[in-house]
Amino acid sequence: MDAITITDVTKRFGSFLAIDNLNMSIREGEFFSMLGPSGSGKTTTLRLIAGFERTTSGTIELAGENVTDKAPFERDVNTVFQDYALFPHMSVVDNVAYGLKVHGVDHAERYDRAHKMLDLVQLDSKANNKPRELSGGQQQRVALARALVLEPKVLLLDEPLSALDMKLRQQMQVELKQLQRDLHITFVFVTHDQQEAMVMSDRIAVFNKGRVQQMGTPAEIYNHPANSFVASFVGTMNFIPETIVTANGFPAGSYTIRPERIVFVDADDNPDMVTAEGQVTDCIYLGTEYRILIKLTTRETFTVVRPVGETVPERGGEHQTRMA
Amino acid sequence: MKQRAKKPVSSFLYNHPTLHRWALLVLPVGWMALVYIVALIALLITALWSVNEYTGAVEMTWTFDNLIQAFTDSLYLTVTERTLFIAVLATVIDIILAFPIAFYMARMASPRARKLLVILVSTPLWAGYLVKAYAWRSVLSGSGVLDMILRPFGGHSPGYGLFAVILVEVYLWLPYVITPIYTAFEQVPESLLEASSDLGARSGVTIRKVLLPMIVPGVVAGSIFSFSLSLGDYIVAGIVGGKTQVLGNIIYTDVGVANNSPMAAACALIPIIIIGVYLMLVSRTGALKRL
Repeated sequence: MDAITITDVTKRFGSFLAIDNLNMSIREGEFFSMLGPSGSGKTTTLRLIAGFERTTSGTIELAGENVTDKAPFERDVNTVFQDYALFPHMSVVDNVAYGLKVHGVDHAERYDRAHKMLDLVQLDSKANNKPRELSGGQQQRVALARALVLEPKVLLLDEPLSALDMKLRQQMQVELKQLQRDLHITFVFVTHDQQEAMVMSDRIAVFNKGRVQQMGTPAEIYNHPANSFVASFVGTMNFIPETIVTANGFPAGSYTIRPERIVFVDADDNPDMVTAEGQVTDCIYLGTEYRILIKLTTRETFTVVRPVGETVPERGGEHQTRMA
Repeated sequence: MKQRAKKPVSSFLYNHPTLHRWALLVLPVGWMALVYIVALIALLITALWSVNEYTGAVEMTWTFDNLIQAFTDSLYLTVTERTLFIAVLATVIDIILAFPIAFYMARMASPRARKLLVILVSTPLWAGYLVKAYAWRSVLSGSGVLDMILRPFGGHSPGYGLFAVILVEVYLWLPYVITPIYTAFEQVPESLLEASSDLGARSGVTIRKVLLPMIVPGVVAGSIFSFSLSLGDYIVAGIVGGKTQVLGNIIYTDVGVANNSPMAAACALIPIIIIGVYLMLVSRTGALKRL
């Protein structure tokens, strides 16, 4: 059975159409990401699942149970908020025990479980501190512990890593993924960072303008984007100009190529390759790879990524570019 | 090269940051020291002087008689009790009234209605204190508006007295209580209430466990205003209090009529001590830290 089933859901805020007839199923135990730019409807979808917003029309089911008209406290999902939303007047352990307390778990058991959960996120030493005494990354873990201590079927995460610095974010991405695998909980993760979505997710739904543009595994979305929005939003994409398409004998249409699929060759040696000519405008060294910007003779700019170790053209040089 | 005008004072201050800070603070700190601390010490010293029974002149002979009288004499004790009663009751009523208003303004009203309400709440502050007190005198008078309204129902104006004093104190300080409570309500992030609900708490529990604890500092701030302002007020008692006397009236009489400023000073220490004790109790709850 699917963990979450969203059927024909529309959400309007006044005249603004936030979600436009959304249909989506999230499988039990998967790490599911909702990816999109701000205002694309991904956070609204999360809030609809949590129950913070009510649908304008359509139904939401959690594990087969229709929860469309249920309040957040009646739904077996928990949320990690973007700003963590820790209660400032309570200690860390009281924050984690709060959900158990309102569920009527007795004192000894709830503190036992709260401490265990804090131990899991390596923060039991801070149990008696106030949230404001913790760093951003630590607060984030407390928020996670507070949501997980209730052992929900589904954990909703609203851009929880966006306030952390890059190093910590990458570390947390791996930890979250491991946690999800160990606990067998369905994670629904909202992010605007395509790389983050790629790293963690089993499946990704790409949102834009209140609609799901594409849903699939990271590889499917990266290699077979359903439309030009997905192609340009997920990773870098070069859109091949019409003149090059027809010059190489292809039927007219829209073609794209990923930066890492482009190689630099001598045009005359490889007559079977699609070629384009251009001038290198910039060559950026990124440690593991070069990112090369090329202005084609047809005026479009292409991005090419080549691994370090390969000979790359220098800035200003005239080069012919091959595209496989 | 860019030409720069020479600013010797600015660059001197820039290079001496401590001096900079002192230059900024010397006026307000000096003012506070003079007006509050020196005045307070002067008050304490005055309370230890005595008045010549025949000439009425203040003599610098040291005595604890004034203080002993102020803190043990049944007249002073009764008036202190009454003043405290008025201040506490006015504060409690103000908080009870301010709560729903502040909650509605901060969390329920539309942005437009909120702006309007903020203006409406602060409007009374534009009118002079005396004007408002006299307005209530007229409202409460035997042939006043209140009497006219109540008469068809068999009622009549409560007239001047203790009740009127409390009523007017409540009215006067209400905006000072609404404003900090409103700000406190407004500053509670929506996500905290959502988080509470998300963790399984019904609305009542969320209000009790999350919303109310977070607005305690606002309530404390409001109560400090209404409590200290009511405690020190004597003009309202003079205007609508009838025969009701509060500490301020006694102090006023001691200075103005009896010409006994040492006694007045001793008396004036009573509300200062009460406020001091109140602030100490409040700071023990930790609410001041979160103001």
